[in-house]
Amino acid sequence: MEPILEIKNLRKEFKDFSLKDINLTLEKGFIMGFIGPNGAGKSTTIKLILNLMNKDGGEIKIFGKDNIVYEREVKNRIGFVLDESHYYEEITVQEMKSIIAPFYERWDEGAFKKYVKDFGLSMDKKIKELSKGMKMKFSLAIALSHNAELLIMDEPTSGLDPVVRSELLDILSDLMQDENKGVFFSTHITSDLDKIADYITFINNGEIILSTTKDDIMENFGLIKGPKELIRSNNSNGFIGIRENQYGFEALVQNKEEFRKLYGDKIVVEKPTLEDIMVYYTRRGINA
Amino acid sequence: MDIVISNSSEKPIYEQITTQIKDAIIKGVLKEAEILPSIRSLAKELKISVITTKRAYDELEREGFITTVPGKGTFVAAQNKDLLRESRIRIVEEKLIEAVEAAKSIGLSLDELQEMLKLLYEEDD
Repeated sequence: MEPILEIKNLRKEFKDFSLKDINLTLEKGFIMGFIGPNGAGKSTTIKLILNLMNKDGGEIKIFGKDNIVYEREVKNRIGFVLDESHYYEEITVQEMKSIIAPFYERWDEGAFKKYVKDFGLSMDKKIKELSKGMKMKFSLAIALSHNAELLIMDEPTSGLDPVVRSELLDILSDLMQDENKGVFFSTHITSDLDKIADYITFINNGEIILSTTKDDIMENFGLIKGPKELIRSNNSNGFIGIRENQYGFEALVQNKEEFRKLYGDKIVVEKPTLEDIMVYYTRRGINA
Repeated sequence: MDIVISNSSEKPIYEQITTQIKDAIIKGVLKEAEILPSIRSLAKELKISVITTKRAYDELEREGFITTVPGKGTFVAAQNKDLLRESRIRIVEEKLIEAVEAAKSIGLSLDELQEMLKLLYEEDD
């Protein structure tokens, strides 16, 4: 089956930062969460996918087609929600919609009306009068009203309250009832959205650290805690970032069962959150 | 049928699903030939990954609890009595392992544990 999104050896150089050979693949029917700290390269990657920035190397294919050669066709088939509002602030929701809709070949006015109603958007409000949550919902209504097959979202949940985040979760899980759709979203806060993510790709300092199913992470990674003598005898083998305190240590490991077998009752093994994974990988090299 | 998922449990989510569907089949809550939700609708209801629900169904199918008919859906398979008994034995085994671990952690000997088990077993008769 052809991936809905495929990135190969993508490179982008800036004066003080570079994206180094980004590789990732998303099959249709699935949701991928793109996580990493601020400044890791998430938004740059998304801008390159949408061809809002020139790349320095590599390949991006959407629906199996080059994102630049087939830009028009590809963009008709994707919906996007960006972090910063990219709408005119002084006009109303209704007017903004009328500007955007004609760009899409498969605009579905009925779907748009339905989302507006579901989201409680008022059409005659000016864009600048919308709250952050409402702006996101407006972007989302646009993104979902032209039969998009791939939804790309940059930090869709940042600054949103838990109620709106949970609504977004419902919308996405509804969307995924169609096995031909795909969702790619970035986030630096591990949010409720991660619950339904099928794949997690973790980027740090312009490099992909890992890209795998969320189940793989949840079942194999572990947060282990134990007495400090263990890290001295083990020489920190297999630890991804260690945090020491006066009474012991905590470390992230990629194969918790091995550590459980090795140390048994001497350690406590916990299920890490995605946030733990992000934090420990980022600390790697500092303390390890 | 109810399926309750705990995100904080050590037990992987797919396993929580298989255990609960198996229980429902063993207890007769889910009957032979009854249709199960699709992996996508189950994932949506439970707000979890499609990969997780797919894995749970694959597992149940491999163990013979359910069958998938392409284009029609997933159904509760005709149940084999030996299979049911075996899975119930496995549940007993799991609980015993828990008991043994608890006993070991406070230094209870095998004899003491066996004595306790004997008393409990006979008490019920």
